[in-house]
Amino acid sequence: MINTPAEPITNSRRMTLNMGPQHPSTHGVLRVVLELDGEIVTSAQPEIGFLHTGIEKQCEALTYQQVIPLTDRVDYLANLSNNLCYVLAVEKMLGVEVPARAVWTRVLLTELTRINSHLVWLGTHALDMGAMSMFFYCTRDREELLKIFEMFSGQRLMTSYFRIGGLALDHPRGGLEACRSFIKMFPSKIDEYEALLDNNPIWKSRTIGVGVVPVETLLAMGATGPMIRAAGIPWDARKDEPYSGYQNFEFDVPTRTENDVYARYRVRMEEMRQSLRIMSQALDGMPDGPYQADAPKVVLPQREKMKTQMEALIYHFKIVTEGVRVPPGEVYQVIESPRGELGYYIVSDGTSKPFRVHMRTPSFGNIQTLGVMCEGGLIADTVASMGSMDFVLGDTDR
Amino acid sequence: MISEQLQEDPLIAILEARFSTAIESGLSQHDQIILYIDPLRIVEVCTFLRDEHSFNRASSVTALDWYPQEPRFEVVYLLHSVSTHQRLRLKCRVSGITPSIESLTSVWPGANWYEREVFDLFGIVFNNHPDLRRIMMPEGWVGHPLRKDFPIHGHKYDYGEGSTQ
Repeated sequence: MINTPAEPITNSRRMTLNMGPQHPSTHGVLRVVLELDGEIVTSAQPEIGFLHTGIEKQCEALTYQQVIPLTDRVDYLANLSNNLCYVLAVEKMLGVEVPARAVWTRVLLTELTRINSHLVWLGTHALDMGAMSMFFYCTRDREELLKIFEMFSGQRLMTSYFRIGGLALDHPRGGLEACRSFIKMFPSKIDEYEALLDNNPIWKSRTIGVGVVPVETLLAMGATGPMIRAAGIPWDARKDEPYSGYQNFEFDVPTRTENDVYARYRVRMEEMRQSLRIMSQALDGMPDGPYQADAPKVVLPQREKMKTQMEALIYHFKIVTEGVRVPPGEVYQVIESPRGELGYYIVSDGTSKPFRVHMRTPSFGNIQTLGVMCEGGLIADTVASMGSMDFVLGDTDR
Repeated sequence: MISEQLQEDPLIAILEARFSTAIESGLSQHDQIILYIDPLRIVEVCTFLRDEHSFNRASSVTALDWYPQEPRFEVVYLLHSVSTHQRLRLKCRVSGITPSIESLTSVWPGANWYEREVFDLFGIVFNNHPDLRRIMMPEGWVGHPLRKDFPIHGHKYDYGEGSTQ
């Protein structure tokens, strides 16, 4: 983060333009220092850090369970993906076996999160490019999905629904039916979005051939997720490093080869369809049984047991006052978040508080490619390129 | 010392044969490989991994602070190969007195921001880094927040004219 103003350039054609930190198309607080030669961008330097809240430092002062609500706030559009990655990492360290019902519910809801995130991305990306009505349609349909989150967790955005060893609560009454009716309703909505954009001449002329960077550069610069898949590499952690039972689901990894803004748009649209496919499999095969692991030292006891059994009361007291002691060691857990590779690197020193939690967030890596992507392009294309990265500034700055 | 279980891994066997003096020790935790590398030879090892074993990206670079132990810091490199889906974690022990290590930006340009973040939050200097300055904290910030001796509640900071803090 720099505080000094950019140096003015006296040559009449060349100018330095300060985009952000408060700019409608940055969707958060991102500053980009653009150097222009007429309409051409000669250098684009992103400056981040305006939303840095020291989450990694805060994690070190909290017990393992208390960290979960913070993970929601890292990437507030993919909260459940962050919950999932964190609890998977801690469960791996503890060696806790999670019951099937919890695993399938996690898959169901993280795929719903992917649709949630892609809908916000689609709405705002199209809004930046002048297709204002898209934003209204996306927000309208996202509302249905937020209602489902509210049914399950009581919260629309900061769900904290996944816990170490399972879920916070069992399914609510009518929760699965709400998911079913969403799956039935949503494909026609995707068709609607595509009818508005796919063959729209303005949309196509603003996205096709824009923001092309060689895929080797993208990889070496740290880009992940749909940005890489739009360049023809079918890399998806759900397939390549399966976690949380994804190997039991049938789905395709959509790829494109054009590697431009339009290809990234197509990949994300197709991903929403694949997410629906995974969700319907998860609904059909949803197992019965407990939703929390049988690990009394890790999972809080049921209220009923707590009031009738001495051991349950003791465990409850120990977990709440002391937290869960995690054996010393370290783990790096990777999942495929809507934005790309999300990784939690957790180091334990044997106490009930993490020694270090490092979040490898996809937005941080993606935004780093902004410079190479915008250089040599038109200034108007900067907004298109930025939108195609689908970054969340909370995810970048943590 | 590399654990026996690890020596059966083909990649580790190759690395061990080639860089026997650079690899200080190695272990496997939760099926993930961790290698301790001599900080002076990290660029050499990483270049080899990139060119010969298709580790085409550094997923992340971070650090650990073992204050008050010495060597105080561990710089952690999380490497990944998109073509073979292999992951490898390299660690370098760095002294706490004048913490510095060679930058990996010449191997993977994406290490740039990750190293800046480690520099900002841990105060570890990366030599030959093209643009080593703070990335998260304001330019005039004193101290490195992720160090263990930095208080969790922070310290007073002058946000400039008109600020009340």
